[in-house]
Amino acid sequence: MIEVDAVIIGGGIVGASAALFLGKTGRRVALLERDFCGSHSSGVNYGGVRRQGRPLSQLPLSQKAHAIWAQLPQLIGIDGEYQRSGHLKLARSLNDLLALQDYADSSQGFGLDLQVLDRAQLRARFPWVGDVAVGASYCPDDGHANPRLVSPAFAQAARRHGAQVHEQCAVTSVEHDGQRFRVRTQTGLELHAPWLLNCAGAWAGNLAAQFGEPVPMHSGHPAMLVTEPLPLVMNASTGVEGGGIYARQVARGNCVLGGGQGFALDNARARPGQSAVLEILRQAVELYPFLEGAQAIRTWSGTEGYLPDRQPVIGHSRTQPGLLHAFGFAGAGFQIGPAVGQALTEIICSGASKTSLDAFSITRFHSISVA
Amino acid sequence: MKSVVIIGAGPAGIRAAQTLVEHGVRPVLLDEAARGGGQIYRRQPANFKRSAVKLYGFEARKANALHQTIDTLREQLDYRPETLVWNAEDGTLDTLHDGHAARLAFSKVIVATGATDRILPVPGWTLPGVYSLGAAQIALKFQGCAIGERVVFAGSGPLLYLVAYQYAKAGAKVVAVLDSSPFSAQARALPGLLSQPATLAKGIYYRGWLTAHGIAVHQGATLNRIDGEQRVQSLKWSDSNGQHQLDCDAVAFAHGLRSETQLADLLGCEFAWNPLNRAWLPTRDNAGRSSIAQVYLAGDGAGIMGADAAEMAGERAALALLEDIGYLIPPQRPAQLEQSLKRIGDFRQGLERAFAFPEHWAAEVADDVMVCRCEEVRAGDIREVVREGHWEINRVKAHCRVGMGRCQGRMCGAAAAEIIARESQRPVSEIGRLRAQAPIKPLPFGLEIEA
Repeated sequence: MIEVDAVIIGGGIVGASAALFLGKTGRRVALLERDFCGSHSSGVNYGGVRRQGRPLSQLPLSQKAHAIWAQLPQLIGIDGEYQRSGHLKLARSLNDLLALQDYADSSQGFGLDLQVLDRAQLRARFPWVGDVAVGASYCPDDGHANPRLVSPAFAQAARRHGAQVHEQCAVTSVEHDGQRFRVRTQTGLELHAPWLLNCAGAWAGNLAAQFGEPVPMHSGHPAMLVTEPLPLVMNASTGVEGGGIYARQVARGNCVLGGGQGFALDNARARPGQSAVLEILRQAVELYPFLEGAQAIRTWSGTEGYLPDRQPVIGHSRTQPGLLHAFGFAGAGFQIGPAVGQALTEIICSGASKTSLDAFSITRFHSISVA
Repeated sequence: MKSVVIIGAGPAGIRAAQTLVEHGVRPVLLDEAARGGGQIYRRQPANFKRSAVKLYGFEARKANALHQTIDTLREQLDYRPETLVWNAEDGTLDTLHDGHAARLAFSKVIVATGATDRILPVPGWTLPGVYSLGAAQIALKFQGCAIGERVVFAGSGPLLYLVAYQYAKAGAKVVAVLDSSPFSAQARALPGLLSQPATLAKGIYYRGWLTAHGIAVHQGATLNRIDGEQRVQSLKWSDSNGQHQLDCDAVAFAHGLRSETQLADLLGCEFAWNPLNRAWLPTRDNAGRSSIAQVYLAGDGAGIMGADAAEMAGERAALALLEDIGYLIPPQRPAQLEQSLKRIGDFRQGLERAFAFPEHWAAEVADDVMVCRCEEVRAGDIREVVREGHWEINRVKAHCRVGMGRCQGRMCGAAAAEIIARESQRPVSEIGRLRAQAPIKPLPFGLEIEA
């Protein structure tokens, strides 16, 4: 039997950063991961470290995360290939450009410093963007990083700060005995703790449902691919207004592209699927003509949790004191994840998060019945 | 309409096609090469006029027979050469031909994807002038080129003596053959090898011929390193008598073959660890049925058995397929084929003993030796990740990029697995299996897509 202050279920970037920040305060933490830490959507996502384009309600937390990312090497011991390359959101029509302008206006005051570029400005500053783009919005301090390295490194750092990290350790049962949680694992562990953090990503719905607060979450499977190393061309990570594809180039020269949806192989694994891959190959040469003739060498996908409003659930359970939720990041949890871990830590250590989490309450899915 | 599809026009694929046609089925035969024959019976370009005997030696009759079969069948097949199957999902194959991407729905598919060399890197193996044994053989068969003027053949496996013999016959100077397996292992293996006396006799013949022509054949010989400025100039090897140096301008090396299993993986086949092949292989019954009802496996792509076995396995898998879709098949034939395959299987057990896997390689390979050429990952990089606590091969890949490049681990995966196993002190069967991901081979941007 293991007695700790908090049991965290899920070794993705949210759970692992909560383990790290709690460990730094001296709390006793056990991080339970069914597979390997950072091996699912935290580790196989596109790697965008982006604030631009998020709903305004996420921007305070996203700004907190931005400050954490600035300290990444000190925090997790590696640079994670993180670079503030800038993020360029492209518009393919004047309407899309207007939407970008609207976002730039409404997000003013949050510190994103967006620059809306017309066609001529875009050509002059980013000549590698295809003619299909009529303009763009540029966020100079957004960037990208390597999720394969960053997310597992949060778990490693948590371990260095005293957290117990149990990999290949699926949770088989969770109970609350009125005082504390009792968590049992497939490997035969039994853990007791007053706090339980549900950071189980696309699989977090089961635990929420067990405590009487089911959520309408579904899984998404982003299609991703990477090219062979190419001469360095892209000096910004890119996306497209209205969706479509996103692309970045890493220091080694490989271009990472994503877009569209793949399919699930089983409950845990997914593949990008033929249609999405071909669609990326087709669209990419319009948006990034220098890719013509380059080769895609690998594709992959993952399993992400989506709620209907594409906003995460973060914060207290409505039904069970001591239970905190943090899941459903709709494919956009990588950048914000460390700030979520920090917010959960603040709840445990000082009673409340310094950043408001009201917009992310699980209660938004549960109509309050009046007897 | 959904087709019966065969992937690969080597010995297994061609015999499978022939068997289907004989029963009135018109299959689609997809092959990456321009002309059927596979790697072992690879055909020279149409305007080359070397004789079959010159190209294939003892195997000329078999090569001719197989080529004639595919030529004769051509009209009765939907034969699509120069076609890559880059992905498989949901009952369809994704193909790439001449810059065009297309989909092909199948009702049944026979996967006959063959094998490539198993490479255990040594210092200097990425120098120009170093080839795998299979590649050296293809240069000779396909283009009539030798890989150098003074060639050393090293490693183990039946290809070692065969390719050295073919080079010497073709007039190349074979400096030496360095066989990593000790003579004692080969003597111990003799009982198993006697199950296929003709094949054994050929092996003995090649070696005897080399020795009779003054070519040094060393057993228990380890290739230590390959040296050169711009390309291969010399190598060092060692045996129980100490270290030796040889001057040469080319080296061909490999330690046997490994199955090309990516498509079986993408098709959803169940895999199991196979100690004889020292690899994860798609499971199949004696007839070649995989764990997936629509998918059949034949030839070296499902376990290394050689070309003769591949022909039989291709026919056997096709008969199973025919039976499963309600055709009457010759009642005696399946048992005959399975019996012959079993005999070859026994021989193969003997071969593995004769050409034992050099288990010490993973412990001895130096930290600075490049293991993954595509991503430039060295043995020491892999070991470092293992020392950080990772032992599952896909996790090690995620951390140091081994197997992440152009070849998707087809060249370096076996070597990486050995290093991970050794460093994490686990059996190589206990470190997981590299998961296949599309595309099997690189896919270009800007391809044309058929609706």
